[in-house]
Amino acid sequence: MSPSVRLQEMIRVIRSARTQGEERGVIQRECAAIRAQFRQADNGGRSHNLAKLLYVHMLGYPAHFGQMECVRLIASPRYNEKRVGYLGAMMLLDENQDASLLITNSIKNDLAHSSQYVQSLALCTLACMGSAEMCRDLAPEIDRLLRASSSYIKKKATLCAVHIVRKVPELGELFTPAARALLAEKNHGVLHGAVILITELCERNAQTLVQFREAVPELVHIMRGLVTSGYSPEHTVAGISDPFLQVRILRLLRILGRNNDTASDAMNDLLAQVATNTDSSKTAGSAVLYETVLTVMDIKSESGLRVLAVNILGRFLLNNDRNIRYISMTSLQKIVSTDHNAVQRHRGTIVDCLKDQDASVKRRALELSLALVSAINIRSMMKELLLFLSTCPPELKSHAASGIFNAAERYSPSQRWHIDTILHVLITAGADVRDETVPNLIQLITNASQLHCYTVHKLYRALVADISQQPLVQVACWCIGEYGDSLLQGDCEETEPIQVTEDDILDALETVLQSHMSSPATRGFALTATMKLSTRITENVDRIRSIVSIYGSCMDVELQQRAVEYNALFKKYDHMRAAVLEKMPVMDRSSMGQTNGESGGGGVQELEPTKPKQPEMMVAPQPASQVCDLLDLLSDPEEPSLPGGPLGPGGAPLGPAGLMSGSAGGDLLYLLGGLELTPTPTPATAPAAVTVYDKSGVVLKLSCERPLDASQTITLTATNTSDHDVSSLTLQAAVPKNVQLQMKAPSGDSLPARSSAVVTQTVLLNNPNKVSLKMRVRLSYTTS
Amino acid sequence: MRFMLLFSRQGKLRLQKWYVPLGDQEKRRLGRELVQTILGRKAKMCSFLEWRDLKVVYKRYASLYFCCAIEEQDNELITLEVIHRYVELLDKYFGSVCELDIIFNFEKAYFILDEFLLGGEAQETSKKSVLKAIEQADQLQEVRAVSIEDLSLTAVVLS
Repeated sequence: MSPSVRLQEMIRVIRSARTQGEERGVIQRECAAIRAQFRQADNGGRSHNLAKLLYVHMLGYPAHFGQMECVRLIASPRYNEKRVGYLGAMMLLDENQDASLLITNSIKNDLAHSSQYVQSLALCTLACMGSAEMCRDLAPEIDRLLRASSSYIKKKATLCAVHIVRKVPELGELFTPAARALLAEKNHGVLHGAVILITELCERNAQTLVQFREAVPELVHIMRGLVTSGYSPEHTVAGISDPFLQVRILRLLRILGRNNDTASDAMNDLLAQVATNTDSSKTAGSAVLYETVLTVMDIKSESGLRVLAVNILGRFLLNNDRNIRYISMTSLQKIVSTDHNAVQRHRGTIVDCLKDQDASVKRRALELSLALVSAINIRSMMKELLLFLSTCPPELKSHAASGIFNAAERYSPSQRWHIDTILHVLITAGADVRDETVPNLIQLITNASQLHCYTVHKLYRALVADISQQPLVQVACWCIGEYGDSLLQGDCEETEPIQVTEDDILDALETVLQSHMSSPATRGFALTATMKLSTRITENVDRIRSIVSIYGSCMDVELQQRAVEYNALFKKYDHMRAAVLEKMPVMDRSSMGQTNGESGGGGVQELEPTKPKQPEMMVAPQPASQVCDLLDLLSDPEEPSLPGGPLGPGGAPLGPAGLMSGSAGGDLLYLLGGLELTPTPTPATAPAAVTVYDKSGVVLKLSCERPLDASQTITLTATNTSDHDVSSLTLQAAVPKNVQLQMKAPSGDSLPARSSAVVTQTVLLNNPNKVSLKMRVRLSYTTS
Repeated sequence: MRFMLLFSRQGKLRLQKWYVPLGDQEKRRLGRELVQTILGRKAKMCSFLEWRDLKVVYKRYASLYFCCAIEEQDNELITLEVIHRYVELLDKYFGSVCELDIIFNFEKAYFILDEFLLGGEAQETSKKSVLKAIEQADQLQEVRAVSIEDLSLTAVVLS
């Protein structure tokens, strides 16, 4: 029986094994036999035994005991044994194995063998798995072969040199002279290898690069020869003469022409010729064109040539072959930043590729589309992108969503459009958006004050339709809580009217609270929104009270704490409830950043009205510069306590726009160049109205009420009996340390001349340490 | 090229040629995962994919997948041509090649590959030349099953 049949017999037996266990058994037997054979003396069947072992190895079984056999076979004088030995070395030995060093000597001998096929084996193995050490040892041999041998060996030696240069870059210098000479070869195989070698040398060494720039004319000549040559049976593939060689030459030209005008000029004509004459109906031609385009875009080419290149890519985009479309988009991605306008021309086709079936093509199209969004095309692009978002594969959803948000932020034509877009994304891909989307959206909504009505209507509708998308539900709850009164009014100019009753709203919020789909954060939002509504609606306050008290015994600690505090707000601090739950002022990013950072995760929870809010009045414009100092001190918020911090007797943690903590107040006492006041009467005395300011007909009076506990309520009243109108009336107050102050919204800010109109402002003071109460007031106004 | 894998529709490896030094375990793991990824792709999908940090080019010929992992700067389309050239060589050699040919003559498939690619790059762009070289090497294997020294010794004895 000829040995080769034994190998095939073994393969047949293994394949006929019906179960994994049976196969394992067969293989174990065979391996045992092979091991026994290896230990025996030379019996003529060694190569076949090793071949069997290699087959077993390919199936995934361990074969390390064959390594030494490989070494032995390589040293054998017989060709068939050498062949299998070298094959085994390439499969079983890699540079990390110690045994690989043992074959270095055999390789060295075989490189000098009289038979070129043996030389070829050695070269192949060295190029496949040669370690750095082996490369260093054998480099001189390779160099010798590069200079003087048949084309058959030269081409292999060249690629071996490529491997050596990759492994040991310093040896590049050794091969440079020989590489230069190789460009004169006629044999395509050798030429191909030479071009690869020169490419490697130039990529690793700048001086070599400069040196080889002189070879550009020669390369251009070779390339031209290829492009203009007719059919050659040896090298033509689908009408293209040796596309492999053409592609490699183009790549080398790219490296040589980069950042160099002379070299780029020298190759300009050639590139134009290749770009126009290459037939791209088959892959071979497309490969050459692709490489040409990459080269044109990378060197310093003329603008005409660049346009030609982009047009080629555009043509590729329309190709039926999906691979070509993918390639073209990859290239367009590389140049979209430098040649933006040129790529914009093909926007339509790129957007069409969003609808392609293939996920890789879709991904490329998405990235390109996002790169192409600009202020001019934002509306149409966004339509396409939103359409894409609804049908895109899940792995692309979050990338698409964040891309859309970025684009919307940079180019949105109007606030309403921006809000609509974000809402759309939340509805379609709500689960995949990032966490900061919710606070960002809330901030956006508060800034678009004229759209509150519209926004809350849209959000209410979305909430009623679907409560599974958490970010959407969170934003909707927040808005309903804030702007519930607009919702109840029913009509809104920008959207169809909808009749919503207080019960409807509370039903919706309760559904969110009770649904198992709602996350704890969402429930928190819903509870707070319900609470806020207690000041916005009139009839169902009892219902709200009952909802809140139910959650006072909720299992979730966060909800429970909130519910308990809100309960307290109903019972003990009912007088503060309206103030606490007032509408939020316009937020800016930085203050939100502070609050978010302060508590760590769940940033949105910071925006709860556990901080009582100062109405916009406190940030009204002031003429005097001193006032800015005052405002700075006022606007430096005391950092809010942890979410759900108690609202209790200590007074509320302060909001951004002007509540003062005692510490800030202490400094103010010295800053204010304002008016001195006599200390307000102690709590025991009956309150009286005290005139604190009287000038040119403008009078400011201060009156206190009977205090409750340690708190005091003061009313400031301003009147105008002068001949001038008074506008932009602002009152500010400072109190000593440890006293907390809260100013309510004034009733107005203007006083017509000679009228009995009155502006009142309530000030709440909290004096827990019962220090003697002092107060400074600053009054600012403009007269006509 | 970093490596080339040939595998069947069931995920069985028929040929693997690695041009980068990796441990046995890692090669197996990488191969397995890549094979699974490619088998999971639909028929009309793109031949190129970005997998981990590699560019992978693959094509299916009958029941075999030919898959190459190439470098970042390599041209994907020409790699498709390389794969096609290899299939043509196998076809010419075995005469209408099928998967079984490659299974039972795997070492020959390797020899052909080694005559076409060297160190991960194409060494010969002429199909004819590659086939001629393989033919001659085969002859050397069959006819000259003894070493050159033995032959010359025999010649001396005979004369």
